[in-house]
Amino acid sequence: MSDNDRDLEDTPAERQAPHRVIGTPAPAPGILADPERGDGDDGGKGTRPYGPGEAEAPELDELPAENPNPVSARNWERVAAALFIVSALASVAFIAAYVGLEVGGDTKGNVVVATLRSNLALGSAMALAFLAIGIGMVIWVRNIMPPVELAEERHPMASPKEDRQAFAETIIEGAEASQITKRPLLRRTLIAATLPAALAPLVILRDLGPEPKGSLRTTVWKKGTRLLVYGTNQPITPADFDSPGGMITVVPEGYQDNDEALAKATAIIIKMEPGQLQVPTRYDDGADGARTLLNSMNWTVDNIVAYSKICTHLGCPAALYEQTTQRILCPCHQSTFQANTGATVIFGPAPRPLPQLPIATNAQGYLVAQSDFQEPVGPSFWERG
Amino acid sequence: MRWITARRRRPLFGYAAVLLALVAVGMLYAAVTGVGGSTASAGSGSSSAQIAEGKDLFDTSCSSCHGLDAQGSSVAPSLIGAGAAAVDFQVGTGRMPLKEIGAEAAQKPPVFNQQQIYAIAAYVASLGGGPAIPTDQQVSTAGADAGNGQSLFNANCAQCHNYSGAGGALTDGKYAPPLTNATNRQIYEAMLTGPEAMPVFNDETLPSADKRDIIAYITQTRAEANPGGFSLGRIGPTTEGLVAWLGGIGALVLAAMWITAKRREERTGDHG
Amino acid sequence: MTTDNKRLTIPKPVAKQAGELDDRLHAAKGVRTLLRKVFPDHWTFLLGEIALYSFIILILTGIFLTLFFQPSMTDVIYHGSYTKLDGVRMSQAYQSTLNISFDVRGGLLMRQIHHWAADVFLAAILCHLLRIFFTGAYRKPRETNWLIGIVMFTLGILEGFLGYSMPDDLLSGTGVRIAEGVLLGIPVVGTYLSFFLFGGQFPGTEFVVRFYIIHVLLIPGLLLALVSAHLFLMVHQKHTQMPGPGRTNANVVGQPMYPYFMVKTGAFFFFVFGVLALLATFAQINPIWEVGPYTPTAISAGSQPDFYMGFLEGSLRMFPSWTWDIGGHTISWDVLIPALVVPGLIFTALGIWPFLESWATGDKSYHNVNQRPRNAPTRTAIGMAGITIYGILWLEGANDIIAVHLQIPLYLTTEIARWAIFIGPVIVFWATRRICFGLQRRDASMLTHGVETGIIRQLPNGAFVELERPLSEGEVAEIAAPSPSPTAAITAPEVDDNGLPEPALRGARGKLQARVHEIFVEGISLAPPTNGHGNGHGNGHAAIDGESERAAVGGGGTPQAEDGGATEDGE
Repeated sequence: MSDNDRDLEDTPAERQAPHRVIGTPAPAPGILADPERGDGDDGGKGTRPYGPGEAEAPELDELPAENPNPVSARNWERVAAALFIVSALASVAFIAAYVGLEVGGDTKGNVVVATLRSNLALGSAMALAFLAIGIGMVIWVRNIMPPVELAEERHPMASPKEDRQAFAETIIEGAEASQITKRPLLRRTLIAATLPAALAPLVILRDLGPEPKGSLRTTVWKKGTRLLVYGTNQPITPADFDSPGGMITVVPEGYQDNDEALAKATAIIIKMEPGQLQVPTRYDDGADGARTLLNSMNWTVDNIVAYSKICTHLGCPAALYEQTTQRILCPCHQSTFQANTGATVIFGPAPRPLPQLPIATNAQGYLVAQSDFQEPVGPSFWERG
Repeated sequence: MRWITARRRRPLFGYAAVLLALVAVGMLYAAVTGVGGSTASAGSGSSSAQIAEGKDLFDTSCSSCHGLDAQGSSVAPSLIGAGAAAVDFQVGTGRMPLKEIGAEAAQKPPVFNQQQIYAIAAYVASLGGGPAIPTDQQVSTAGADAGNGQSLFNANCAQCHNYSGAGGALTDGKYAPPLTNATNRQIYEAMLTGPEAMPVFNDETLPSADKRDIIAYITQTRAEANPGGFSLGRIGPTTEGLVAWLGGIGALVLAAMWITAKRREERTGDHG
Repeated sequence: MTTDNKRLTIPKPVAKQAGELDDRLHAAKGVRTLLRKVFPDHWTFLLGEIALYSFIILILTGIFLTLFFQPSMTDVIYHGSYTKLDGVRMSQAYQSTLNISFDVRGGLLMRQIHHWAADVFLAAILCHLLRIFFTGAYRKPRETNWLIGIVMFTLGILEGFLGYSMPDDLLSGTGVRIAEGVLLGIPVVGTYLSFFLFGGQFPGTEFVVRFYIIHVLLIPGLLLALVSAHLFLMVHQKHTQMPGPGRTNANVVGQPMYPYFMVKTGAFFFFVFGVLALLATFAQINPIWEVGPYTPTAISAGSQPDFYMGFLEGSLRMFPSWTWDIGGHTISWDVLIPALVVPGLIFTALGIWPFLESWATGDKSYHNVNQRPRNAPTRTAIGMAGITIYGILWLEGANDIIAVHLQIPLYLTTEIARWAIFIGPVIVFWATRRICFGLQRRDASMLTHGVETGIIRQLPNGAFVELERPLSEGEVAEIAAPSPSPTAAITAPEVDDNGLPEPALRGARGKLQARVHEIFVEGISLAPPTNGHGNGHGNGHAAIDGESERAAVGGGGTPQAEDGGATEDGE
């Protein structure tokens, strides 16, 4: 490449242009690189060393057999040997620790402490074994093996033109011999044959799961379903839940252990101070013109309001309740809902308020649902509307 | 840009740059911390025979904010109906008397001894009733079911206090404190009275036995050893990621630097 | 050790067996070439090895875990050794993980090594990716390898997510819930995708089993194939090297595979394993017994995914509430954009980067020598801006932890992130570029004037000069790197004889390319010093420690003002 010569022969005029060293990108002669120019040969041809006047790349035919500094090598050998012995002992210690230290049901004392002891012993032994041998090996390479630097030539990546030509020829020959280029009927029916075969593997995955249909629109709450306090599984009356600022998680009776039902049906009830609860009457104007009531003070009992616990952003339980600000905060992405005014979104990515569960009391005085939620709970989905 | 470039070698420029950076970072940090403010609120109390002593202590230390009749003021809520449990909690953890009004009343060493706290509690309870201080039997964890406590804790407490009780952030600079130092009784009282932003879990909603289970769970978790090594704060993948980068990658990068470093002879040309 | 010992000979039985093998494999030449392959030495070249060895360790520890783990969501009541959870309802997956931790000797160690290895694996991939990016090692002919790497990075993130979700604990189950929410939000097919993946509604009884088989078979298989291709390409195209003495675009300088590199890389494997074992011994990770089993009714404050998913989490937290209800359908932008569009953009940008840069610089030549980051100021600045974006997303993912520990109000952290994500990268881009130019100026100054020695000499006329020593050949080789400078590059479209621009450079796209090209190649040329030419700056051949003075040009050795180098960039 002509650029090679510049370094040794530049005139003052030529020195205006920057010196270019082999191997670095050529000053872009133009944005349009000429594909014919054979840029690809750059990587194969350069034989001059890097930069003017610096050391030649060492060319060795065989590796040195001896370390030029035998005394130092011998001392380092002792160090490496000691490390290898340490490693061997550590591996033995690992086996001993495994055999000797019990865990789980076989221990007599605290299980957690036994696990800690075993983990500590096994882990330290393993770490020591590996690190010692690693350090020893590095010492071996750096200080015992003689220093060496080799240069290996790179071959051009691009194949010679003749090879590429021959390749193209082979392809064409084969295509012609296969007759497929001359026989459109064969070709087209072959393609037609592969298409359904390609689709079939997708189709047979259909039974991975049921169709969603309308299942995301409803939960298991029905008229009269009692609210049970989650964990204690006890029903609750407004007289019990009478401390302003109280909040508790509730689940529908009969579904306490049903995770699939709870993933949509879990709710929270909050007791507000008198006058604090001001749920607006809010409607949803559906696509078909139907008006659905979404929030109402009639759905509350004695300053107790019930909301879905499932965040409308992505389904985490929106469980954090600040009684002083009446905010419900979802800890996942900090969507915040104003509980005393219908759980409207006041911060964060949630797209819509927490659905309100209509509650009332039954004949025995326990809190029950008046009906299911009046809108789909949880994250939005395409068909929600 | 030419102006900066032309002067970049002047020694003063370096000092100026460092100073500017320090001031900028300091101001930025100061601007974002310590923002927000809402005052604390308390729960309910119970009655006892030290009411008179309690009234004296109350008048000296509490009435300036809570009013001489505990009716509250613009900076503090009314304590009528707050109850003895609330007083025991707030004063026993040192949150009250409040040192400064901010987003959260922080825990600090208590000002009064336990006898004085009982007296103030008795006085406040005498004003309007409220939750009583739980008995020793109520807060004892003997025979408690920590497994039940675990489900209850995760369902009702972990969302603010974190699964291991390490605490968590609330809005406007408030926070749910870590549970490391709370005594059994303080935990019970906190659930019972709902201090500050914490909701109220009264004994009818969350019965005494369940509260004991929760306390058992908290105390057992606190006391539990970390079998896997240092706990890294028990706050989960955030600190784990930090350790993976700084400890893991850091150590391995150092090892890589050592493995590939030029030998002394190669650097100095000294082969002897 | 004296010099005239007999040379080693290969023992007869070994030679015989080798002969038998070669009879069948025709391997002698090929294996010899492999054994003599030269590997260049730079510590940054070992970052990929950290990832490779972590991957191997993941497989080894993973095999151990598969022998004990039960991928089943069947509910059980726990009555095992960890008595704090006695009587608690949990899935078999969670129970078997408790079992591994507390009842299998070495189980907790293996679990922790596995999880630490996963974190280190992805961190190492990121470091390796950044190294390749900042040194330009992805340029021709290595674009394919870059693409393979990006695919492996994506697969690695997915693999990690599936892996830590299998124990079905509260923390990871929350992540699965969020993933399900994201799936639901996909227009048209979202609900179907979600139902097909989970076998119905969330949580269903299927996802642990399905995650399991994808995690232990499908993705590791893909990764093994891809990593083999990645390594093969690296060996076939030979590794790049950093600039230095004797290193050209047409050779590789370093140490041979056998015995040097084999031992080094073997040692590094033990280092990686040792460091991971140390972490697993002294740093607890993923203590699922503390977190508790997953239930859709519970959540913990400070819930974060593992760090490599952190940028997605931050992206979700940062986004404001935005949704469309049209024609009976809902489009949740607040989910789609942060969870799908943002990562899509990031990974696409990463994938097409080599081709983008090649278009912008017009550079279609081969590159086997790496560039120091400062010598590609625009690329480095873009890379830093990218890191800034990623970093802000990542930090926001932990914003509640930051809020509570640094006492910054929660909403404020999000507000700051919302602004910073736009302003930050711009500032960082500009600053990085200036820093690169500054470093280049210093290099240029060193090339022309040499290195300051700190030795002051008083001249006869009373003036003080600091002596400078010229750079050694090795040092010159390491830092000399003329970038395509504007004077040689195109700043205006090429024109033909009639003054008309080339067809491809006409129009908006051509002008865009010209402008992008200009910005991209802007830089300071670092030509190696010329030898003995009359600019009076020493003769470049002096011994390294010699005190060759700077011969004065035009008057008594006054120190020269150093705000120039070779060609400036027009400032």
